[in-house]
Amino acid sequence: MKIASKRLITSLALAVVIAVPSLAQEAHVGNMTGHAASGKKLYRRFCVGCHGPLGDGNGENAQWIDPKPRDFTAATFKCRSTPTGTLPTDEDLYNSVARGFTNSNMPHWDALTDQMRMDLVAYIKTFSPRWQAEKAGDPIKISPEPAVTLQSIAHGAELFQKMECWKCHGQQGRGDGPSAATLTDSKDNPIRPYNFAAGGDDSRFKCGVTNQDVYRIFMTGVDGTPMPSFADVIQPNDAWDLVHYLRTLQTSRHSKENDILKASGGKIPTKAPDTNSPAQPENKGSGGN
Amino acid sequence: MRTNQRFAMLLTLVICPSLLFGAATVNGKVAYTGTPAKAKTIDMSKEPTCAKQHTTPVTTESVVTGPNNVLANVVVYISAGAPDESSAPSQAVTFTQKGCQYIPHVLAMRTGQELKVVNDDQTSHNIHPLAKVNHEWNKSQPPGTPPLSEKFDKEEFIPVKCNVHPWMHGYFAVLKTSHYAISGDDGSFTLPNLPPGKYTLTAWQEDYGTQTQDVTISGNETKTVDFSFKAKPY
Repeated sequence: MKIASKRLITSLALAVVIAVPSLAQEAHVGNMTGHAASGKKLYRRFCVGCHGPLGDGNGENAQWIDPKPRDFTAATFKCRSTPTGTLPTDEDLYNSVARGFTNSNMPHWDALTDQMRMDLVAYIKTFSPRWQAEKAGDPIKISPEPAVTLQSIAHGAELFQKMECWKCHGQQGRGDGPSAATLTDSKDNPIRPYNFAAGGDDSRFKCGVTNQDVYRIFMTGVDGTPMPSFADVIQPNDAWDLVHYLRTLQTSRHSKENDILKASGGKIPTKAPDTNSPAQPENKGSGGN
Repeated sequence: MRTNQRFAMLLTLVICPSLLFGAATVNGKVAYTGTPAKAKTIDMSKEPTCAKQHTTPVTTESVVTGPNNVLANVVVYISAGAPDESSAPSQAVTFTQKGCQYIPHVLAMRTGQELKVVNDDQTSHNIHPLAKVNHEWNKSQPPGTPPLSEKFDKEEFIPVKCNVHPWMHGYFAVLKTSHYAISGDDGSFTLPNLPPGKYTLTAWQEDYGTQTQDVTISGNETKTVDFSFKAKPY
């Protein structure tokens, strides 16, 4: 009898130890701490309809939604400050909940308190064992932004060609490049490249609105989508030039970049190709079809 | 005492690598029954720099057959019974993008082994391994940039694709053992240097799935184990 009850206690204790790590999961941003146990209640109220009780993105509304709700069990996240293939920081997730995702059904959760969002982040981290086994990646370093100049925009335009951004995004950044029609996300759902020209001053990127956000998007890549990371192939200063050029593709949005371009007559100067950069692609201009 | 025993074991391993690598061989052929789907012709006209590299039509490689109903590109490996190997080989394996194709189409490697990804084309590729057990990542590789160096820590067959060129599909076969082979154009494979033991052999084909067979080998004999997959007509 004694042995049996001892065993029971041991196994109960073991069960607690196994069960607890998930709901003991925490999230930290600044001096805030999120708790998964509190986040679970919030999740069941606000998130479960789309993301599902198992966090796999198969909530009852999911079938009507495009793009599909995130599958937290895969722990692959679009908006990160960290390198491709690594876990995002708690702050990345927190910002995503707060910001929502433009062009999707994920709203910004302004109505929730900071603490509530923090608790939700902690709970989201219980859906994949990756959060137990590894740490978030080291955020990529972003050098201070240099001044916007016509030269910077022009160099960015060269990079847009050299990196072949137009293959998907199109020569005018309208999301209509030659490869655009065939793109699928990592779950084989069709997905469109970002159309820079859509929207006016309210136009937003999925992962933020600032120039730093734009920098981060193409350097980290948007994991789970066709958008790759360029961190290995674009130097920090070159990256800023590309950011400045991308802003000019947002033709209806007021920006320093567009002002400078307008002041110079709206034309981006093409300088003689320097010896370091390869020749312009022969099929330039075919991106718009 | 225990430390001594461990030391002795370690010493044996160092002096006598035959515990890890023996003299026996398993070889065989991978065949199919039924009618496999016809390979489809790939239209590369949207990527002229690649299209002009090919003089004959390029076809899909998800099922590559040879004369006498054999299958190429099948990964055959020891999935159970293989001696534990502590570290991956120091030499890297290379995955090359050339003519908007992956060479090889199926690349096998050890867990933790260095993988080099090379772009030999005059166009940008993005290398996008759709890993589920390992981590999914996605990197751009414009022409003229140095090889990427990566590794995978867990055993998995990982589909790889290039989103820019949707016809580009390949596989990384990440294995816990270095006792693996990929069937050639004649369907044959050879697993040399096996120590005596009882093994489970697994053959994996990307469209047809896996098959396993047990084999027991002793001494330095050569045993033949053949595999046969049922082809899917579509």
